[in-house]
Amino acid sequence: MALLEVDDIHVFYGNIEALRGLSIQVDGGEMVAVLGSNGAGKTTTLRTLSGLERARAGSVRFDDQDITRTAAHEIVGRGLCQVPEGRRIFTTLTVAENLALGGYLMRNRQQELRQRRDVVYETFPRLAERRGQLAGTLSGGEQQMLAIGRALMTQPRLITLDEPSLGLSPLLARAILKIVRRFADEGVAVLVVEQNARQALAVADRAYVLETGRIVLEGAASDLAADERVQKAYLGGFEQIVEEEEGREKEKEKEDPSPLGGG
Amino acid sequence: MSIFIQYTVNGLTAGAFYALVALGYTIIYGIIRLINFAHGDLTMVGSFIGWTVLVSMGLQRLPVFLAIALAALASMVVTSVINVGILQFAYKPLLNKSLLAILITALGMSIFLQNAALLVFGAGVQAYPHLVTSSGVFIGGVRISYAQSIFFTISLVLMAGLYSFARFTTLGTAMRALAVDHDAARLMGINVNRVIAIAFILAAILAAAAGVMIGLYYTQINFFLGFLLGLRAFTSAVLGGIGNIPGAMAGGLVIGLLESYCAGYLSGRWQDVFVFGVLITVLIIKPTGLFGERVAERM
Repeated sequence: MALLEVDDIHVFYGNIEALRGLSIQVDGGEMVAVLGSNGAGKTTTLRTLSGLERARAGSVRFDDQDITRTAAHEIVGRGLCQVPEGRRIFTTLTVAENLALGGYLMRNRQQELRQRRDVVYETFPRLAERRGQLAGTLSGGEQQMLAIGRALMTQPRLITLDEPSLGLSPLLARAILKIVRRFADEGVAVLVVEQNARQALAVADRAYVLETGRIVLEGAASDLAADERVQKAYLGGFEQIVEEEEGREKEKEKEDPSPLGGG
Repeated sequence: MSIFIQYTVNGLTAGAFYALVALGYTIIYGIIRLINFAHGDLTMVGSFIGWTVLVSMGLQRLPVFLAIALAALASMVVTSVINVGILQFAYKPLLNKSLLAILITALGMSIFLQNAALLVFGAGVQAYPHLVTSSGVFIGGVRISYAQSIFFTISLVLMAGLYSFARFTTLGTAMRALAVDHDAARLMGINVNRVIAIAFILAAILAAAAGVMIGLYYTQINFFLGFLLGLRAFTSAVLGGIGNIPGAMAGGLVIGLLESYCAGYLSGRWQDVFVFGVLITVLIIKPTGLFGERVAERM
């Protein structure tokens, strides 16, 4: 039995059907990518899993329990946490306060809270350096680290990420995806939604391709990366330019091997 | 000079009351972006509940501190219930609809509370008992009454309490987070509806405290007192930068002082002109208020 089982969900915005019978699965400790262009329904998928949108039909099962109609804040408590698109950190709060809110559900268990926080600071030393700073003053990459760190505080068993590389340099984007890959290796399942197909496929175990609210293709990440249709739709043109840029970035990377600030 | 200081003392006392009410506007605006026009009237209701306990139920015969404490407590409980009731039945169904709809509903709730008080307590003025002596100490020609010093101190303690709650507790932090992003807060496991309800309770507690103190200080109340009080408190909140907690406190004190100087040096008739002149000036010149730089963030 998979950790997450999404079965034939239909989600509407008014009369517009954003998801038309979407089904996906994520096993424990697995990293799964969902690829798709703008408007394919990637964000809607994650919002539905997190309880921010309601499926009109179909079911979402997490850890063998039906969470299709569970309130968003309760879903977090079950161990499914989302890093939303655009990071959505609390800009007027300090880094430490943002993390404290990640630990909201365990706010009365000080010791556990401190342990989680130390893990986050170990993963992202940059956040420890800036703990007293207002989150709104962080750079884009640091904000993404904070958004991920905040999600880690909730002690998730499945972490879903909506376009984590959006707005980041290719170098930082790759670093973020590598960190996320490490979560999967440590046993936290990861479901990542990306437009940046090449990088996502490079680190994921499996992937789905989403088009107009439906899964049109699925398989091992390496198979999909080699698939002609995927290459044509998601890995061509612009992606190649990005790839070349990355070649140049790699030169720099040799000089500064740890863009996340240690760790 | 001593006259000036006298006006300052009087102004600070009134200003502390405005600050308490202004905090209610600011907390609720910070969380759901609503200017809760019913808040001044909630304060009026709080004042009447205190009056009911002290006069109608006769608790004024108890030792002074006990009587006032019980009146304040009863007032806080009742106004909290009313405020959460208004939230659940009037505002909640409109939360995700247009801001205008909920704003008009707030105006409706204001009128509703006024008329409910009119119906229950009558149109006349009700007298609060003189429990806190209006005598006081003279310092260099300035009279500071015991009532002034006690009520001012209580107000400061309440404000400090609210500030510490918002600043240092996780629940308070969650409240400030709601000012930024409701969905992101849900994704942290925060029960947004419950936090909103707690904010309404906090606002009601401060309003009830202000209402009872206003009754004890001015010794006369009527069903209409919430209207002007609410407008002045709202002006205070806007002056300090609505959504900003220290801003509301400072704004309340400034408006109280302004009013007192105006009544003292010019004429009591002009004070509202001045207060609302301030409101209009702030809205035109610096709509983000005195503590403007963080207002974009609302709280």
